[in-house]
Amino acid sequence: MTKFQGLLEMEDIKVATAGVPLLADALSDQLVALTRVDWRPAVPGSQAALDRVMADVRRTSANSLALTRMLATGAQLVDVRQASEALNLETRTFLHAGPPLTWENASGPMRGALIGGVIFEGYADNPEAAEKLLASGGIKWEPCHHRNAVGPMAGVVTPSMWMFELLDPSTGNHSWCSLNEGLGKVLRYGAYSDDVIVRLQWMTEVLGPLLKTAVKRRNASAAGPVDVKAILSQMIQMGDEGHNRNRAGTLMLIRDLLPDMIESGASTTDLATATRFIGGNDHFFLNLAMPACKLQTMAARDIPGSSVVTVMARNGTDFGIQVSGTGDKWFTAPADTPVGLFLGSYTEADANPDIGDSAIAETAGIGGFSMAAAPAIVRFVGGSVPDALAATRRMYEITVGENQSFGIPVLEFRGAPTGIDVTRVIRTGILPQINTGMAGRLAGIGQVGAGLVNPPMACFEGAITGLAEASPQVG
Amino acid sequence: MSEIHVETRSGAYRDSVSLLEVSRAVAQTPGVQDAIVAMGTPLNLDLMRELGFVIDAPSANDLIIAIRAINKSQIEAALAAMANEFDAIDRRARASSGGGEIASARSVGRAHDANLALISVPGSGAFAEAVDALESGQSVMLFSDNVPVWQEILLKDLASSLDLLVMGPDCGTAVINGVGLGFANVVTPGPIGIVAASGTGAQHVMCLLDQAGVGVTNCVGVGGRDLSSSVQGRSTISALNALSEDRRTKAIVLVSKPPAPEVAQMIRKHASTLTKPVIFALLGQGLPDLTSATEDILNTIGTPVPKWKSWGHAPLKKHPGFLRGLYSGGTVCDEAMVIASRELGPIYSNIPLNPSWHHDPFSSSRENTFIDFGDDAMTVGRAHPMIDPTLRIERLRKESVDPECGVIIMDVVLGHGADPNPAASLAPAIKETISAHGIPVVIALIGATGDPQGLERQADLLSEAGAYVTVSNAAAIRKAISLIELSEAS
Repeated sequence: MTKFQGLLEMEDIKVATAGVPLLADALSDQLVALTRVDWRPAVPGSQAALDRVMADVRRTSANSLALTRMLATGAQLVDVRQASEALNLETRTFLHAGPPLTWENASGPMRGALIGGVIFEGYADNPEAAEKLLASGGIKWEPCHHRNAVGPMAGVVTPSMWMFELLDPSTGNHSWCSLNEGLGKVLRYGAYSDDVIVRLQWMTEVLGPLLKTAVKRRNASAAGPVDVKAILSQMIQMGDEGHNRNRAGTLMLIRDLLPDMIESGASTTDLATATRFIGGNDHFFLNLAMPACKLQTMAARDIPGSSVVTVMARNGTDFGIQVSGTGDKWFTAPADTPVGLFLGSYTEADANPDIGDSAIAETAGIGGFSMAAAPAIVRFVGGSVPDALAATRRMYEITVGENQSFGIPVLEFRGAPTGIDVTRVIRTGILPQINTGMAGRLAGIGQVGAGLVNPPMACFEGAITGLAEASPQVG
Repeated sequence: MSEIHVETRSGAYRDSVSLLEVSRAVAQTPGVQDAIVAMGTPLNLDLMRELGFVIDAPSANDLIIAIRAINKSQIEAALAAMANEFDAIDRRARASSGGGEIASARSVGRAHDANLALISVPGSGAFAEAVDALESGQSVMLFSDNVPVWQEILLKDLASSLDLLVMGPDCGTAVINGVGLGFANVVTPGPIGIVAASGTGAQHVMCLLDQAGVGVTNCVGVGGRDLSSSVQGRSTISALNALSEDRRTKAIVLVSKPPAPEVAQMIRKHASTLTKPVIFALLGQGLPDLTSATEDILNTIGTPVPKWKSWGHAPLKKHPGFLRGLYSGGTVCDEAMVIASRELGPIYSNIPLNPSWHHDPFSSSRENTFIDFGDDAMTVGRAHPMIDPTLRIERLRKESVDPECGVIIMDVVLGHGADPNPAASLAPAIKETISAHGIPVVIALIGATGDPQGLERQADLLSEAGAYVTVSNAAAIRKAISLIELSEAS
């Protein structure tokens, strides 16, 4: 018996209506179980491309494969290495957040971070010389994502920087992220003053090697590598959302690594400084959450016909996305400026457009997508608790599935909304919700606030066209 | 002996509390001796091994299902109980608002409990929504029109691959398991299953059957293009199969305009393989009208044909001039034109029987003119005439002062989705047409006794206004023709 035939004689009819209210009213009059859908027309100008993608017979199975692969990924902290070694980052080659960009169109904080990188590497000894070197093509740079790395805010990675190295046992993929520098005036927000450079030098000389030894000891122990995904699962139940709040995650990381740090042979002074540094920075775990999310979304890459987003990233000028079915093609548009709360006397006028690879969190279903799990962060980004619940629930409209590993307590442990589907964004007009930090507009300022932001719809309009072009011809 | 079921699902993480609930439900299934549904952590694996289960190379990220029961059917029951419990957990989570308000779903695919989608969005957005519905396990009634034929074919093929059905596009009427969708009459359950490529045609047949005391199991719409040579009866075949398997259906009626000849042949051939009689009620030149087709159905199932009801308080006087038809239902308009053209020759219309008889519905009538106010071109930016009578009443007033207008025929369609009291707005204009201008008005009243508007009440209002009212469109058009006074000029 077919499902339709079952409808004719056995099942209770439960109807979903989209369109003319009168037809739904006629069903209510008959006391039929009814869900009235709040349907709206697709994003203007995208209907033809949307229809071609909807008609692509590969889409459903491709998207469900993308979801299965994402849900199956793990994330283990397997090493801490310098970028020159881990990523084969050549001398005078940098990585940065977001889609590709040139010096000319780089924003203030991006320029600031690149300048800081040049000084840190010793390629120049003052900002003016650094700027000249950068503007004249003396340094090459490319997106972190091009090397399976991710970088928060400006995301500038230079060859000497130490990187967390994560492994997904389900695919064998690796991903990388730098060590978090803390809050305030830091390189990732475009600050390059002496204290920033001094901190980076300490991280290179002391923190990186210490963490490497601890991680290696931990890997060799009976406990095995630190399970970053397991920490993510737990922190979602402890009030973190993994993007703007990483407090529980940071504490759990210390819990997992501390014994091996103590036994690493480092001096008690270095140990105390390192643990004070990590413990004093609630965002330390962000740089592990991000590569874990990168491993998850990487697993969904390059599936022909899949409309699932695999990258959302910003370089401070443009917002860029990548989609499974279109491989490593970037769909970019000018980035919006976040809306939220400002530190000190900073105002909206001081804020730079959206920046950073950290939207990989939302691409993987945490951060803004799981905001309902983090009521404590909601006010910081300028919202209310009901807003957070509504935002998370809204994200289920544009995602292909739910990740039971990230159960949201207040929603009866419903799995995080996972796998942004370009077709659903175009159909509903609902944009992904991102929680983010705000960088100062000018080079050297640092963080000015935190808030909420959405990708520009134009990225998704580009993506639906790209998917349509890659779909088999029909009709 | 006992049966053992061990299954590993990779990447299917569930939290341990949910899994305890699920394990309990599985363990409580009769005949189950041991059951563990858990993630493959070392602790859980030890538990399973202690119970004698053999687990191959698991990882902590694998969901492992281990059940021991007396026989296979109990294992299956336990697995079904497990699926139910997972489903119950998911439902609870989806229904949870966390205390906030739950916003409406924004697409039919996110109406998780639905098994049928009624889509009436503008045609350009219909395809995406219908694909979503099908992919979410919902059959679709696609009320929307202006859906390209390639999309219709794709939707119907997708439906067929998923054991679902697409009714439409441009499907106005369906009754599924007693639920009226779109424009549908309230008919009693009974032995007849209807497959309809024509909405008002199906409504007319249903209502006449209702008058004869014969009910309907289901009326499955397929959309006006289903029997064309491009769509090849894709939904018609599925609908015939489903009704043929339906226990309560004793005979099937196919209501349609004449299909493409090769499709008709294919459908007839397929119908002959079914276990139930299929009666064809096809409309068109040289074919029986819907009233005769309904009489055939009644004869086939051995039910006496009743005298079709009519109402007329005052006998109408003949009047010279041309016949004017103001219809809201395309199929009944077509049927009336077929009958009238036999007697009167060319009938000008926006849905002409013959392309050379085409007439712009917005210009004044030419000789014998019939307008289908429900035609796509006339409903752009306004509601269907079954809902909004304004345009038809305007035209009625215009016809009544046209010196060439002899007799007017209209349909009034009742049922769910239609104007809650159509006679109330029509009656004053009808009364004026008859009393002030002497032009007789005949009404084909398409309704069932149970319709919310009240069949008798509507008939009374219309006949009190002076109209001749009948439940048979064929009888109505014959009456209208008989009221034309033949003058020497014509």
